[in-house]
Amino acid sequence: MRILPTIISGLGTAALVILLNTQLPAGAGKTPRLGYFLSPQLGFWQNAEPVNTDFNANIELKGLKAKVDVYMDDRLVPHIYAENDLDAYYTQGYLHAKFRLWQMEFQTYVASGRLSEIVGEERLPTDRFFRRLGMVYGAEQTMTNMEKNPEMKATVEAYADGVNAYISSLKPEQIPFEYKLLDYQPEAWTPMKTYLFLMFMSYDLTARGAVTDLTMTNAKNYFGMEDFNKLYSNVQDSLDPIVPVGTIFQQPAIKPVAPANIDSAFLHATKNNSTAMAPMVPDRDNGSNNWVVGGTRTKSGRPILCNDPHLGLNLPSLWYEVQIQTPTHNTYGASFPGSPAVIIGFNDSIAWGVTNAGRDVIDYYDMQFKDSSLQEYMYNGVWTKAGQREEVIKIKGKPDLVENIAITVFGPVMYDRSYKNISTEGKYLALKWTAHQAGNGLQTFYQLNRAKNYDNYLSAIANWSCPGQNFAFASKTGDIAIKQQGAFVARWNRQGDFIMPGTDSSYRWQGMIPVQENPMMYNPPRGFVSSANQKSVDSSYPYYIGAAGSFPLYRGICINRKLYEMENVTPEDMQHMQMNNYNVFAEMARPLILKYLDQDALTATEKKYVNLMKYWNLNGDEKEKGATVFKCIWDSLETSIWGDEFNRSKLPFPKPDASTLLEALIRDPNFSFVDNVNTPDKKENINDIVLTACRKAVIRLQSADSANKLEWALYKDTRVNHLLKIPGLSRLHLPIGGGEHMINATKEMHGPSWRIIVHMTDEIEAYGVYPGGQSGNPGSKYYDMFVDSWATGKYYRLLFLQKEAAAKHERIKWHITFTNS
Amino acid sequence: MKFIITLALTGFLAFVCGVYSSIPWWSFAITSLIVSMAIHQKPAKAFWSGFLGLFLLWTVLALLKDSANDHILSAKVATILPLGGSSVALVLVTGLLGGLVSGLASLTGSYLRKTN
Repeated sequence: MRILPTIISGLGTAALVILLNTQLPAGAGKTPRLGYFLSPQLGFWQNAEPVNTDFNANIELKGLKAKVDVYMDDRLVPHIYAENDLDAYYTQGYLHAKFRLWQMEFQTYVASGRLSEIVGEERLPTDRFFRRLGMVYGAEQTMTNMEKNPEMKATVEAYADGVNAYISSLKPEQIPFEYKLLDYQPEAWTPMKTYLFLMFMSYDLTARGAVTDLTMTNAKNYFGMEDFNKLYSNVQDSLDPIVPVGTIFQQPAIKPVAPANIDSAFLHATKNNSTAMAPMVPDRDNGSNNWVVGGTRTKSGRPILCNDPHLGLNLPSLWYEVQIQTPTHNTYGASFPGSPAVIIGFNDSIAWGVTNAGRDVIDYYDMQFKDSSLQEYMYNGVWTKAGQREEVIKIKGKPDLVENIAITVFGPVMYDRSYKNISTEGKYLALKWTAHQAGNGLQTFYQLNRAKNYDNYLSAIANWSCPGQNFAFASKTGDIAIKQQGAFVARWNRQGDFIMPGTDSSYRWQGMIPVQENPMMYNPPRGFVSSANQKSVDSSYPYYIGAAGSFPLYRGICINRKLYEMENVTPEDMQHMQMNNYNVFAEMARPLILKYLDQDALTATEKKYVNLMKYWNLNGDEKEKGATVFKCIWDSLETSIWGDEFNRSKLPFPKPDASTLLEALIRDPNFSFVDNVNTPDKKENINDIVLTACRKAVIRLQSADSANKLEWALYKDTRVNHLLKIPGLSRLHLPIGGGEHMINATKEMHGPSWRIIVHMTDEIEAYGVYPGGQSGNPGSKYYDMFVDSWATGKYYRLLFLQKEAAAKHERIKWHITFTNS
Repeated sequence: MKFIITLALTGFLAFVCGVYSSIPWWSFAITSLIVSMAIHQKPAKAFWSGFLGLFLLWTVLALLKDSANDHILSAKVATILPLGGSSVALVLVTGLLGGLVSGLASLTGSYLRKTN
């Protein structure tokens, strides 16, 4: 009698369980398995960390040589005291995993093109791009090289062991939140993952060229070389290089010679049109500031080093603070979850900081293959056998995809007939990139962590190859220095700015610039060194350093101008300087706009907005409306001047630099691009264009105004996104000024990812802050603990403690001991 | 009395299943079914005792986690799911889901017992 109800309710139960145990489609993604996710004993509730969590613990692990003491301070920064280096890195790996496991694994999934494996085929374009870019290939080269060094091999392995010790201690309900949300499991960590992560940093800081070399080729072919040189001029009138103008450079060891056919085959060639666009491009403002003020300019008579690397702002943060003390060194700073050692910081003798060099280290060669099997290619008149590389991409719920990549004398063939678009049809573009060459990656930081003086610093960075960086240095003994270091190509003028012919060796890289010829400054009479991603040298440097588009001008001008004026500098002055929102670009551009703007032609409303800019104090502070007006008018001016010519083609072109347009108009208001080519019967002059631009900007400003978003911070709307771009896990609408061209380079989703100031007094006085928190768990109160301080320009005094002091310091809250089991 | 006993037993066994975190989250559906077969009640009563057993267990466990956490995580998850950022709503949804699965399993148990 009751069979039917039994079956119905039984099936109903089963159906409900199956439904709640399935990832359901929702918008662009999928839901978690809701039953699992909401289960209080297994799911996300387990990640709701009690706000009064006690982090004290005695942890027994296999693989330690001796006891390790870790003191956690009130910001959850670990101070690691180990009796030997390997134990310290083992513990660092364990702690990175304990607080950042999901992030560190996710980042390596991104780097190695494995997102489809966990997310599904919608991430296939990114995965294919990274595989074909040779991310895994490059990481393998570096790993093979580093494994020859027993010390580095042991370091990276000890770190991996520590990560794995944590992973294997995890009970199913303890895995980080995002694994539950996306429904996958952590896998074992390997030394290769550390190299993949570092490869990602090489990508982020040097791979814009993988896109811009294609778009610049488009622009050169479309506009012709003469106009190209106007649009993407390599001349920067107001440049204040890292190494000051007037520096005498030594005779170059290599004299790169341009091929004889450069005019016909390269500069004025019009083939090779390419619209290949990467699914993602590193931000053009991936850069940074660093400077060191020497003792002659500081109140204490000791140097002060400052650094703020500008990168994408993410939660969990790229950075994780740590102090590591062993018998060989005592070092504090920001580390990368995923890598042992400290990346930017100081020890008890020296401090160092880095900014991106921006040099062009990535090129394309147009290859000729015998047929689409990619077995043989033409090189110097002979069919040459290509290497073959297989990249297998696993896809969640789908069969694997295999990428077959030919390897040429230049490097992997990134674009071929299986990876193409309309314009690359039939083309084989091989990629040559210094990140594919075996680097020494971590060793530089390993040595900097232990450096005692200037000589140690020089030898630590001597073998650094990619990404090229400006390494700033300060020591307690009063030395200051900066050196641009990396594997840089000895280029002839414009070499590699466009796709190069690859059928013979004439366009090859002719050599790398010897390390001793890299730009540098040591204890300069002016009493400071600085860098802000501008060109490191003026045109008297004997090598071509790459197209100007990679070298922003104005932050460097502002920093140097300020430092020249400053005396009796204190760390507090430096805090204000890192947060400085003065816009040198606007200082130069506003007079130009006002000069050519016929203000009598404006309506009362238009005038109201223009006046906000006219009487603006040139600071991109949080509440400044003038900053918003200036930004809108300038953007509108750029669109009015470039838009008519650029929109005639469907090809993607690089956006010309703001400095190029500004300097062109200062030099000559009759600049040829000013005329609107869409009005053939009329020739517009600069006054017409400025007026049109202002009027268009006002329309935009009115809508911002009516939405109550005219104040600069509201208009700019800075946010720190979770790595999965989920708004609920991100910090939105942050009250912070700054932006492009300003020292405080905080844009919408990009900016100072770690601010550090180190005063080299006997007892080091250091300050730092980053827009995140030490815990990567969205359910922890430490997840975004520093974000508000970061936004409002507050710093934390960094605790740099000897072990005995740590044990009883008032800001030390917890003690974790690690012993061998 | 039977109602209270089955309710408590259902909740207790579900809790025990949850302690063994390597078994699936839905294991309690089996224990709820067994309890309902062992202690027979009419279908409606069986459903509600099974439902309440899990509803109360999951709600209380979630509330304990949530209050110790000052609602930090629940407020975030309640924007993802989407529940307008309401921690309370998320706790209730948690309880409802567990309750519904358990209630249906208990109902099935009650019918199964009758069939035999």
